[in-house]
Amino acid sequence: MLTTLVRILKYGVQNFARNYLVSVATILVLLLAVIVFESLILFGAVGQKAISLVQDKIDISVDFRDNVPEDEMLSLKSSLESLSEVKQVEYVSRDEALIRFKERHPADSDIAKALEEIGDNPLRASLNIKAFNPKDYSAIASYLNNDTLSAIIETVSYNQNQLVIDRLARIMDVGRQAGFMLTIILAVIASIVSFNTILLAIHTSKDEIGIMRLVGASNAFVRGPYIVVGAIYGILAAVVGVIIAIPTAYFVAPYVSVLIPEMNLWNYFLSHAFTILGYDLLFAVTIGVVSSFVVVRRYLKG
Amino acid sequence: MITFNNVSKKYGDNEVVREASFKINPGEFVSLVGKSGAGKSTLIKMLIGEERPSKGRIIFGQYEVNKLNNKELPELRRHMGIIFQEFRLLPKKTAYENVVFAMEVAGRPQKEIDEVTPQVLDLVGLSTKVQNFIHELSGGEKQRVAIARAMVNHPDVIIADEPTGNLDPINTWGIINLLTKINELGTTVILATHNKEIVNQLEKRVISMEDGRIIRDEEKGKYILV
Repeated sequence: MLTTLVRILKYGVQNFARNYLVSVATILVLLLAVIVFESLILFGAVGQKAISLVQDKIDISVDFRDNVPEDEMLSLKSSLESLSEVKQVEYVSRDEALIRFKERHPADSDIAKALEEIGDNPLRASLNIKAFNPKDYSAIASYLNNDTLSAIIETVSYNQNQLVIDRLARIMDVGRQAGFMLTIILAVIASIVSFNTILLAIHTSKDEIGIMRLVGASNAFVRGPYIVVGAIYGILAAVVGVIIAIPTAYFVAPYVSVLIPEMNLWNYFLSHAFTILGYDLLFAVTIGVVSSFVVVRRYLKG
Repeated sequence: MITFNNVSKKYGDNEVVREASFKINPGEFVSLVGKSGAGKSTLIKMLIGEERPSKGRIIFGQYEVNKLNNKELPELRRHMGIIFQEFRLLPKKTAYENVVFAMEVAGRPQKEIDEVTPQVLDLVGLSTKVQNFIHELSGGEKQRVAIARAMVNHPDVIIADEPTGNLDPINTWGIINLLTKINELGTTVILATHNKEIVNQLEKRVISMEDGRIIRDEEKGKYILV
């Protein structure tokens, strides 16, 4: 068994080396598929980051009526936190709201004068609520629009911003779905192109397969070396794919940062380089091995 | 050892082998003769499991060839050494590697392979060409590699389908002499040919075919053209 395995490996490596022109051509096509796959991973990460940044900017705020005791407000905060849809609730007291307001307008003398004239703190205590999913804001708003809470709540911002929030939620949903579909479609196209290239590569050996069978080679002995070659194609395409991605990510990163300042593509690539290599290997070796298996199987049946 | 029992083969409406029945005993040298299209090659293809008979039974040793499935054929073929007119060697391997390949698929240990392969190549007169790739060899040399590959696993039978069809007269007789020697060492040989001169000079058993039928089977036969 071990001897057979060693012989299969030997013939695989030998076939790869002796058909070097076919091998190089096949690896180049597989490399294109790997680059498409890698781009999908990296652009997927950029897209996710963009979506999460937009998502992070959406929240709803609840302004309390004047003179609502703080413990009631905090009690509402606790009950909101217990909802499964709610990711985070921040309580902003009147004093805190005033401090933040002043911080936001440090050099605006008109605002400072107006506050001085009013004398008292005109701002209300509030809760800022973030949901896990933008679609859940409507459910949270319904919870807050309850009659029993109307005695302590002055306004719920969702009621004013409902249209924008719902539209953003839909856009993000469509963005995610489109990204997923695009990934699947491009990955399938890349796989089909690679499969056909391997089919052509093995087709040149069709007669050899017949000869091997006439000499008494078992199906496993005939198929084995082609699968080894398919795996070598995959490994080399994946490794070269990552090598090509290194300078590409470095040079593209500044352009991505212009669009999304919070995204550093180069750092993302460095911190995920081995994961990307792993995915590339899985993708390319699977294509190489499965294609070889399927193509040789066809000739073994014939 | 080999029995064809009422074997026929049809391609559509065209019956290329018709109710062929004969037996070949161990150690025999049998020439299968007939004009092109007489059915010789189809008969051989059915014997090695490359084609299935439309009717009848083919027995080879313990195997009922017509009933073997695709996965069982390799085992059958390891008991046979097959030689073709167009050589059917692995083109990207050297002469040595072609012979080694046959031994490796049969699961022979490496030590035996290292010992036997040079001996067999020497026996067929190729000791100086062992490291040559197939495209670097002449037709006669290619056929010698094919014979070395066919005999290296000590098969029960050597089946040669028009092995001299692509060779000049000198190489033709070289190949026939090799087959005769192999037979003298005890291996059954089936030689399909339409070369009258070879058949008549061998003075061995001759099975003659015409239009898919066996028309003659003689112990020390001649190639008689109709």
